[in-house]
Amino acid sequence: MLLRHTPEEIVERQALMINPAKTCQPIGAMYAALGIHGCLPHSHGSQGCCAYHRSTLTRHYKEPVMAGTSSFTEGASVFGGQANLLQAIDNIFTIYEPEVIAVHTTCLSETIGDDIPQIVSKARDEGKVPEGKHVIHANTPSYVGSHVTGFSNMVKGMVDYLAEDGVEHKARTINILPGYVEPADIQEIKRLVKELGIDSIVFPDTSYVLNGPQTGKFSMFPEGGATVEDIRRSGRSMGTIALGPLASGAAARALDAKCKVPCEILDLPIGLNKTDEFINVLRKAAGVTVPDSITIERGQLLDVITDEQQYFYQKKVALVGDPDQLISLTEFLVSIDMWPIHIVTGTPGKKFEKRIAEITKDIPHKVNVRQAGDMFLLHQWIKNDPVDLLIGNTYGKYIARDEDIPFVRFGFPILDRIGHIYFPTVGYKGGMRLLEKILDVLLDRKDRDSPEESFELVM
Amino acid sequence: METGAQTIFKEREGQIHRKGEEPFEMTCNRDSLAGAVSQRACVFCGSRVVLYPIADALHLVHGPIGCAAYTWDIRGALSSGPELHRLSFSTDLQEKDVIFGAETKLYSALTELIDRHKPNAAFVYSTCIVGIIGDDLEAVCKRVSEEKGIPVIPVQSEGFKGSKREGYNAACRAMFRLVGMRETTGISPVSINILGDFNLAGEIWIIRDYFKKMGVEVVANITGDGRVADIQRAHGAGLNVVQCSGATVDLAKMMQEAYGIPYIQVSYFGVEDMAEALYSVAKHFEDKDPDILRKAQEVVREELSVLYPKLQEFRKDLEGKKAAIYVGGAFKAFSLVKAFRLIGMKVVLVGSQTGTEEDYRELYEITDEGTIIVDDSNPLELSSFLQEQDVDIFVGGVKERPIAYKLGVGFCDHNHERKEPLEGFVGMLNFAQEVYNTVMSPVWRFAPRKVKRAREV
Repeated sequence: MLLRHTPEEIVERQALMINPAKTCQPIGAMYAALGIHGCLPHSHGSQGCCAYHRSTLTRHYKEPVMAGTSSFTEGASVFGGQANLLQAIDNIFTIYEPEVIAVHTTCLSETIGDDIPQIVSKARDEGKVPEGKHVIHANTPSYVGSHVTGFSNMVKGMVDYLAEDGVEHKARTINILPGYVEPADIQEIKRLVKELGIDSIVFPDTSYVLNGPQTGKFSMFPEGGATVEDIRRSGRSMGTIALGPLASGAAARALDAKCKVPCEILDLPIGLNKTDEFINVLRKAAGVTVPDSITIERGQLLDVITDEQQYFYQKKVALVGDPDQLISLTEFLVSIDMWPIHIVTGTPGKKFEKRIAEITKDIPHKVNVRQAGDMFLLHQWIKNDPVDLLIGNTYGKYIARDEDIPFVRFGFPILDRIGHIYFPTVGYKGGMRLLEKILDVLLDRKDRDSPEESFELVM
Repeated sequence: METGAQTIFKEREGQIHRKGEEPFEMTCNRDSLAGAVSQRACVFCGSRVVLYPIADALHLVHGPIGCAAYTWDIRGALSSGPELHRLSFSTDLQEKDVIFGAETKLYSALTELIDRHKPNAAFVYSTCIVGIIGDDLEAVCKRVSEEKGIPVIPVQSEGFKGSKREGYNAACRAMFRLVGMRETTGISPVSINILGDFNLAGEIWIIRDYFKKMGVEVVANITGDGRVADIQRAHGAGLNVVQCSGATVDLAKMMQEAYGIPYIQVSYFGVEDMAEALYSVAKHFEDKDPDILRKAQEVVREELSVLYPKLQEFRKDLEGKKAAIYVGGAFKAFSLVKAFRLIGMKVVLVGSQTGTEEDYRELYEITDEGTIIVDDSNPLELSSFLQEQDVDIFVGGVKERPIAYKLGVGFCDHNHERKEPLEGFVGMLNFAQEVYNTVMSPVWRFAPRKVKRAREV
């Protein structure tokens, strides 16, 4: 369907994004804020921003997503949004009674220059913030970075506002910043850490906030989420492991600077090697031994890799998504001899291209990689050099359909399937799930395309 | 959160009415309370949903990426031909553009896109930030239009300038610039434009087919499965037939003033309103085609003969079940109230994001005693009313769906995400079928409230 509008000939574009592979900062900030228990994210801008973020998150998670908005009008855009935010803080604490309001800005409030800390302190002076309650904030101009930047800024905001330094760092806890991953991934990370017998503080934690059970009740503030106390205590932990440099690096460094908690910044634990890395760092940091249960999981993943290697090797793959995910995913695919040859992220940042080039340097095929790219470009690359598999968010299905390519959904947003809500792609189990999904589409394709005489029962 | 009253902001009391509490008075069409978790959207959103189904036009969003990303092909407005509208084009404004202005960027984006895709017109959507940095959209569009020889139209849809309603108006003003640009020779005197239908799930094709059977020519679809050239000769039609509360009525008013084309407001949801729509059009053209009323009756009779027996079947089981409605525009709510009545169900809650005083008065007239009427509601209110009224099905849009499901209440999407056509006679059948399948589904017996009740019995 998009086919007829996408020419093969590639022209460099400067002024134009077609079929974006990113979205704007505030939605990432909203998602991060939902990972604090009892927190109401608040969008300081026009009503539409908040409605769009809530709708998109709802479509992705099939859950109610709660957030307030300053409901800017023409007046606010001329005279500033202070009055709106003051009124909003008052109203929210009065009726919804959250523990925390997490304010993020928008392009509008950034450009008119609202000073959020000043407004919040005014609210505090006027008694609009009840005793023991918190207002935190992050600046998230939509015209800088992407949704990942917004997530990163809000996680850093949590540290800036809530983390407290202890007299000494004697607590045995380790902080884990899970990165911009799904609730199911955070659950899996917590499970692994627990399995290792490590006492951890994980934030933000959207598990059971955006993948909660059906309870028969609607609750503004679901069960899950890191508590304010958790985040406060993170300043007294003996170390921080930050997963995903782009999403978690800034917060980890801020925690080090503010509370002297040393950090190690890792790639997301997607695939065998990257999960090994994560487990190893955890093991060393906490001085524990890896239990058999985890060794067995690892062995199972390895088993899938070896058993099915004939279907993986030399398959050409196109990838689109967020940098932290793509770096680990590319590494995983290369490690099983798949060939990621077109890799696009919408999020700007030159480092991405360098890292991907490094990871893919031994692939005996030309590799295209682009930061600040879009799906139109990816489609053009695929037209010029076809692939056997496409991995990306739901919007990839247009390309997959047009070019008749097996397609695995991975990333944000996924608007037409539900697996991502409940099943992880991180850790060894997540690796198995990814490989199962890849195998399913590749073998379904083989079944579909095999002539009758070579249509096989056993594969 | 036991009763409704506790979850209502004091300032919102005037926006909620329980029928039976005389006298009827409704505060509405006011700005949302800052801090409320409102279900409302912005001006840009309103413009975008109205214009986006015009399939052979270029739709360029001038702003940061979000505005384009969140509106990329989310509405499911079908086209029978070109599908340029399903791509997402954005100038993806960056910090330097915000500081130095982005007119040059806009100019080069437009020229590149027009050269590549050869659209029949281009719409350029203004967003919040453009309103603040002050890019002269009008001037850029004018220049590109002259250079490329197609209409390039700015849509003044800065998000903060109001709610969706103001966005509808901006969209209408943009479309009005297209009207009148082409010859109208050859258009039948018995002809209409269909306004306010967006061809979700192919609905406009159903409606067009009814009109065709009545011998009525449809000049322009505005905007479902819409084409630029059709809109450019829309002023040749004898009548504008306008559906949906606010979305396109402004265009009808502009065309009435400029071209003397009368308009009528209709709804294609439900049997009564659908039939009424066809009869109204027939009556309008009776002097030009004396046979037209008979033809309309024929269409209605034919459709109803199939529909009624099936509806009676559904009604047997649905009698007395309870429904709640929360939709964008109040016009749809009117039709839904009647449609539920037709299948024997009771509407216990009805509300909209953008209704007017007049709308709510009409809702008051057509609903039963005890029905709760709300304006610009929020999840807490809605969920507490749903529980209080123990409803069997909730009709709404994307943000309402998970609230219903969390409570273990059935849901029907009557908005962007409907998958079956709900307009027309066949649409009433689809609607009844969907409501029936949902309400009667055995899955609700797992819902905690039902489990609890079953234990108590």
